[in-house]
Amino acid sequence: MSNSEDKIKREPLLRVAKKAEISVSKTMGLTLLALALAIVAGGIFLLVIGQNPFKVYGTIVHGAWRSKLAIQGTIKIAIPLLIASLGITLAFQMKFWNIGAEGQIIMGGIFASYFALFFDQLPHTILLLIMFLAGMVGGGLWGLIPAYFKTKFGTNETLFTLMLNYIALYTIKFLTEGPWHDPESSGFPKIASFTPNARLDKIFGVHAGWLIGLILVLVVYIYIRFTKHGYEISVVGESVNTARYAGMNVKKIMMRTMFLSGAICGIAGMTQVSGAAYTLGEGVAGGVGFTAITVAWLSKLNPVVILIVTVLFSMLEKGCSVMQSAFGLSAATSGILQGIILFFVLAFDFFTRYRFILRKGRKA
Amino acid sequence: MENMKNETMAIELRKITKTFGSVVANNNIDLSVKQGEILALLGENGSGKTTLMNMLSGIYKPDHGTILMNGHTVTINSPEDSIKLGVGMIHQHFKLVEALSATDNIILGGTEKGIFLHKRRSEKIREISKRFGLEVDPEKKVYQMSVSEKQTVEILKVLYRKADILILDEPTAVLTPQETKRLFEILRRMKQEGCAVIIITHKLNEVLDISDRVTILRKGESVATVTTSHTSAKELTELMVGRPVELSINHPVTNFNENLLELHHLTVSNEQGYEMIKDISFDLNRGEILGVAGVAGSGQKELCEAIAGLLPVKKGAILYHNENLVGKSPKEIIKMGISMSFIPEDRLGMGLAASMGMVDNMLLKKYNEGNSPFVSKKEARELAKRLVKQLDIVTPNVDTPVRRLSGGNVQKVLLGREIASEPNVIITAYAVRGLDINSSYTIYDLLNEQKQKGVGILFIGEDLDVMLELCDRIMVLCHGKVTGIVDAKTTTKEQLGLLMTDALAGKEESHE
Amino acid sequence: MFLNFLFASIKAGTPLLFGTTGEIMTEKTGNINLGVEGMMFMGAFMGFYTGYHTGSLALALLAAFGIGVVAALIYAVVTVTFMANQNVAGLTLTIFGIGFGKFFGEAMIGKAGGSPKLSEEFMASISEKPLPVLGNLPVIGKLLFSHNPLVYLSILVAVLCTIYMLRTRAGLNMRAVGENPAAADATGINVTLVKYIHILLGGGICGLGGAYLSLINGGGIWNNSSVVNGQGWISVALVIFASWNPVKAIFGSLIFGAFSVLQFYVPKDVIVIPNAFYVMLPFLITTMVLIITSMKKSKEGSQPAGCGVNYFREER
Repeated sequence: MSNSEDKIKREPLLRVAKKAEISVSKTMGLTLLALALAIVAGGIFLLVIGQNPFKVYGTIVHGAWRSKLAIQGTIKIAIPLLIASLGITLAFQMKFWNIGAEGQIIMGGIFASYFALFFDQLPHTILLLIMFLAGMVGGGLWGLIPAYFKTKFGTNETLFTLMLNYIALYTIKFLTEGPWHDPESSGFPKIASFTPNARLDKIFGVHAGWLIGLILVLVVYIYIRFTKHGYEISVVGESVNTARYAGMNVKKIMMRTMFLSGAICGIAGMTQVSGAAYTLGEGVAGGVGFTAITVAWLSKLNPVVILIVTVLFSMLEKGCSVMQSAFGLSAATSGILQGIILFFVLAFDFFTRYRFILRKGRKA
Repeated sequence: MENMKNETMAIELRKITKTFGSVVANNNIDLSVKQGEILALLGENGSGKTTLMNMLSGIYKPDHGTILMNGHTVTINSPEDSIKLGVGMIHQHFKLVEALSATDNIILGGTEKGIFLHKRRSEKIREISKRFGLEVDPEKKVYQMSVSEKQTVEILKVLYRKADILILDEPTAVLTPQETKRLFEILRRMKQEGCAVIIITHKLNEVLDISDRVTILRKGESVATVTTSHTSAKELTELMVGRPVELSINHPVTNFNENLLELHHLTVSNEQGYEMIKDISFDLNRGEILGVAGVAGSGQKELCEAIAGLLPVKKGAILYHNENLVGKSPKEIIKMGISMSFIPEDRLGMGLAASMGMVDNMLLKKYNEGNSPFVSKKEARELAKRLVKQLDIVTPNVDTPVRRLSGGNVQKVLLGREIASEPNVIITAYAVRGLDINSSYTIYDLLNEQKQKGVGILFIGEDLDVMLELCDRIMVLCHGKVTGIVDAKTTTKEQLGLLMTDALAGKEESHE
Repeated sequence: MFLNFLFASIKAGTPLLFGTTGEIMTEKTGNINLGVEGMMFMGAFMGFYTGYHTGSLALALLAAFGIGVVAALIYAVVTVTFMANQNVAGLTLTIFGIGFGKFFGEAMIGKAGGSPKLSEEFMASISEKPLPVLGNLPVIGKLLFSHNPLVYLSILVAVLCTIYMLRTRAGLNMRAVGENPAAADATGINVTLVKYIHILLGGGICGLGGAYLSLINGGGIWNNSSVVNGQGWISVALVIFASWNPVKAIFGSLIFGAFSVLQFYVPKDVIVIPNAFYVMLPFLITTMVLIITSMKKSKEGSQPAGCGVNYFREER
């Protein structure tokens, strides 16, 4: 009998229990709290490396908005991030883990560049319209491929889309070194700059991508919330069986939605090549596709929140680059701060679903 | 100390309470088992049996209450603690790693010494399995096993760990009568060796057959504990249900005499390619409730899904007014002007979108009407509000995600929506599973109302008493075959039970 | 010529082998960590920084391993304890890790007043030299036994991880957790602990891969902009190619390494295939592998069933 004494254990200090679902406003409150804590944590990091956090934060905010030029820079950073996040949103709403925004942006860029490089004798408006559509088709096809295999064989889309990113990236490398190589650049691998005819017009000093982005916010919002397609996407995301039960053609919906998701990312690629870089290079996506995934998730797939978060992230990036010239503090600070913010918000989402229980029933 | 030992309980639960969010699953439950005793834990679905046992196996933690083992208070923080205390639980949904072999599943998490896995570990398992008369190929991967093989592995897992407190959660639901008999023999043997056994079930004949005592749960509370030899099926039912059961389910008589659905030689394979329905034929008339009885997994699910157009039919025909539905998608079936309603078993996973509100769920089958690209929610909102009133659905409002509603209310939402579409045929799978008696009666009344309107209803059920009262005819399925279609008025439960076993199916086969 | 090519392939494949082995350990326990790129960057910095200041290879590797563990710890806390989406947490780790590496890399450059260089003695400790006896064998002596010490380390780690996974009790427990955490839990395995251990271990191994990149590939000079340059992502791809088996990853990394250096060895006048195709090929093949395994619907050699889903015991 004595050994059963050893079996008597104390309760662990902390355990997790599910909690009753909480309201939207409480969820928002928690997210804001997470944001605040992230800013404090970032501040501590800055303190540790010997900086005055208030000064640094001040410079970041001020740096992003201090002049017309700075504001334009911030917006320029925001455009591809916003558009790609919206694209991701469609796929994620369907619980299709599209990690391939990077590749879809690139493919959009490639398709658009084709017309920019070889059809630039077309009238400006028509050319840009064709480039826009080509970008959509390029990105869309790149999204369609994993969707096809997912519906056909159940191929894991996370890994598949990840692979496609690299195939797209090296396609640019191929084009740069081979068929589309700029003969005037001699040995240096580079694609020729677009002629002004193939460049996206500026509105208020920034290329028109920002307007496209804002329109897309509205379009995606309406599409998800109010259309039959949007309803189908939500049901499929909820449960494939329920969708089949309701008479939905799940395969068709998946492929259509992934085409659209990729197409929107493709638009981001198109605006990058025709509005920002004026050429196609390996840096056309530059990790935006990955950041977009975190933005979309952080925003709980709400297009309006995505807009806000995108602006915040772009501000951070622009502000940090300004800080580099002001303090000599690396622009890479932006990545660290972004990471800290994301980790906090991700972790805090926990408290909307679960709670910790301290020993002796004290609640945390 | 020694002579007290027989008196101490192997397990004693005192005032156990467990809540999930706002749902109280267990409320102040007391329970005890002696060594060398088999206790049956009896209760309706949703009465909290599994939750209670999961607190012994360390899956859940009680909010309040104490657990005593051999007279000592213990705290079970995890399955690890539970195993150390000698508790072995066989879950209803097997806890096996599909990609691993039987052997690896059995030794998993073991406390044997040694860093490396033994090369000939399978031999040892083979020995043990022979000793207990439980044949299983120790090197077979679990995903290649049949259900009863998987259960054998689960039992071996417990035997291997030499557990002296054994908990089985609905172990016979997936077994044939022969397999059940063998399982019971093993349990009796374990009892003789001094083990304490708790068996969860809602089958009365099994309770009377195997147990020494019975504890009855109702709505998360323990209502009584009785000695099996001093009780009867009738008393147990009354305790379980909570009132004298005269089973006064209405049974209106209708007179339509019109054929609705005819199934001819239907053969259906499930997604894994196994034939689950083998060459069955029957018909369904207007104004009748046709019951479908059978051991779980006899092909009920596949039958429903095939008729609803969700599973492809391999052979045979489904005729609706002489039009063949085979090969048509659910959408096409709806378009043909046939209004067929299917109330699936998995309500939140198939019939409803769990995180959407009632309004959006009302739209599920109708969102596509009209040419506008936009969804119109006006009618759906009205319908949702009407259903809340008519069926007394308890929900904060019509936009609250339906997963937050209780099981009974979820079922009312689903059934309400389907009835509102004015169907000609209703197929319901386990319509009252997990519901309390009152909600169940509401559902029976709703179905009877439809029957009187001339709707043909296919009622997949598990409680034979209910089916005998509610249905007009009962068709019995066994291993995907029809073993009989009988008139509910003139049949007894025993006859149905016989048809459900495959002893008869085997005989029929040998005649062919 | 061909020998040189194979030799270079092994050298180029080694960082991938570290990254892949690390990610396999992580995925086998049921967590997909897309932060390999970030963890490698952090490892690259810490390895270089420690080597630069202490001149000790052992300390440099230890530091790289350590920072990998720390990075993986952040990921583990967020996904295992706080049950956040694994994809997003991994991507965040990549963003954070690259930021971290670049930030401190720049600071290091700033302090040194130019790109810091590792000492001669340090470079000697990681130089390629033939092993005694074995290195003198004809052909294979040069090909297999004349590498820098990290190459042997990577193979040792991969082999040990495979033996651990397939032949030990702890490895069996870990595989069970990755496949079906609920089943593992019910047998008394501490799922959370197992996950933490292997995610951290995996992160540490990825950190070693980073150290290889900055110490060996960088030629002893810190290169802030392109030290990791996508090698972490390739490692994630290689996990699929190797069908979650580190020993297969040895060959996989050799093949991937070969493709990345092939362009320098193919006689340009004989075969005219664009360079880009060589580097693209591994990804094309991996995609094929992914499709074929999904067509077979096989339970073995594919991603652990529990991968990507967080486990909460009381979920119902």
